[in-house]
Amino acid sequence: MTTIRIDSVSRWFGNVVAVNDVTMAIGPGVTGLLGPNGAGKSTLINMMAGFLAPSTGAVTLDGVRIWRNEQVYKHIGLVPEREAMYDFLTGREFVRANAELHGLGRAAAQKALATVEMEYAQNRRIGTYSKGMRQRVKMASALVHEPDVLLLDEPFNGMDPRQRMHLMDLLRSMGAAGRTVLFSSHILEEVEQLAAHIEVVVAGRHAASGDFRKIRRLMTDRPHHYAVRSSDDRALASALIADPSTAGLELDQRDGILHVQAVDFARFTALLPRVARDHGIRLYEVSPSDESLESVFSYLVAA
Amino acid sequence: MLYHPTVARLTQRAVLGRRRALILLLLPALLIVIAIVVRALVGADDEVTAGVLGGFALATMVPLIGVIAGTGAIGPEIDDSSIVYLLAKPVPRPTIILTKLTVAIGITAAFSAVPTLIAGFILGGNGSRLAVAYALAAAVGSVAYAAFFLMLGTISRHAVVFGLVYALVWEALLGSLVEGVQTLSIQQWSLAVGERIGQGGHLVSEVALPVATVLLAVVTVGTTWFAAQRLRSLTLAGEE
Repeated sequence: MTTIRIDSVSRWFGNVVAVNDVTMAIGPGVTGLLGPNGAGKSTLINMMAGFLAPSTGAVTLDGVRIWRNEQVYKHIGLVPEREAMYDFLTGREFVRANAELHGLGRAAAQKALATVEMEYAQNRRIGTYSKGMRQRVKMASALVHEPDVLLLDEPFNGMDPRQRMHLMDLLRSMGAAGRTVLFSSHILEEVEQLAAHIEVVVAGRHAASGDFRKIRRLMTDRPHHYAVRSSDDRALASALIADPSTAGLELDQRDGILHVQAVDFARFTALLPRVARDHGIRLYEVSPSDESLESVFSYLVAA
Repeated sequence: MLYHPTVARLTQRAVLGRRRALILLLLPALLIVIAIVVRALVGADDEVTAGVLGGFALATMVPLIGVIAGTGAIGPEIDDSSIVYLLAKPVPRPTIILTKLTVAIGITAAFSAVPTLIAGFILGGNGSRLAVAYALAAAVGSVAYAAFFLMLGTISRHAVVFGLVYALVWEALLGSLVEGVQTLSIQQWSLAVGERIGQGGHLVSEVALPVATVLLAVVTVGTTWFAAQRLRSLTLAGEE
């Protein structure tokens, strides 16, 4: 049991379409589900975890329907985004209860606690845990039955860098062992560090799929906007427009800023300093003006 | 499998958490105090006993304890979605509901039927078998109340409010003013069961026993079935 298939799935809430005709397959290894906040990542994960019915289409685990089928949880481990847990239990009691619900006992619980390095705090009440500690106990509760498929919704939120690295190592080794690991994130760098395979969703649509280099190239090849201040904006503008890497220019004379739209990222970044040097123009400031994640993602949708 | 000990343990600890346990103890303690005071002032009197047990224990305490235990057995978990940890397991959802119902019934009965029995003995030493009759009615009521309020807990975030409205407005207020309402009242059905045992005509239900028995069974089974269906289709909306 290792492949989750999302087949022509849409999901709407009233008039709002959260997921729009998405088809993807998540197989063994680590997959990153990337997208800005509100893109539909949680909706997708909830459907994969059997906590939401697709409005149309099918979500299956190796051909078996997930919705309303509690037997799939023998193979799925879920790390929800929500913080709420049984705060009145100690970490050990909580993980132990999760093991028992899988028909397992103390040994499985202790092993999972050791895996996430939470043994040192296992006798404290969960209510006293920090966000990172909660995240790790949640992780342990999802690992007790050593599932073939692990689903994690924004697992790195609230973790400090050391905990983040530890969790990344853990997920990497699970992926290498042939398990299916899917995690969502709105942070490109997180996904890039961990996932060989990336699925990008934007505004409920499946925007891109593939290895991260391909996605990265898509992202860097999009039109880039720069704001440039120099000793001679007009001369710089005329020199830049002669090259095909520059698609558009606007001279803001009042503020003394040259707005440049570049199409070939690599070529333009090499061109700009060379042109400036050749024409004896001093560059005071070069800053990208649309690096927000949303604009990066929205370009991907169009691509 | 109809019962899962781990689910029971978690439910019990959640319902009997510190603050809730205090509220659960408050009403029974009040009942016992009232019983002691009344006994000291009036002595043993069947009519007074029936007044206290019927008016306070059965009409007020049992439904309120039922609201706290019934909704508390599942409502807060659904509310903060920590129930995910129970549901993302290969445990049939009806098993989870039946287990939670068992715990809710047990707690409701323990905190309502038992104190009713004790108060009955304090008040009149079980004259006319009133202590046992009302305690039995409370126990029967515990089952139906727990099932009904547990279902409310799976339907609404405001289950406690709806539960209180049912208990205080429907049963207590409308039940005493409008005749037909009493036919649809868990309190009256429970009384019908107690009526069989109590002597001296102090304990009277507006509903006949066969009707009451059928309605109790229908409500208990129906609400439990519905709660299980709700849990089977429990949805976590994306909160992005």
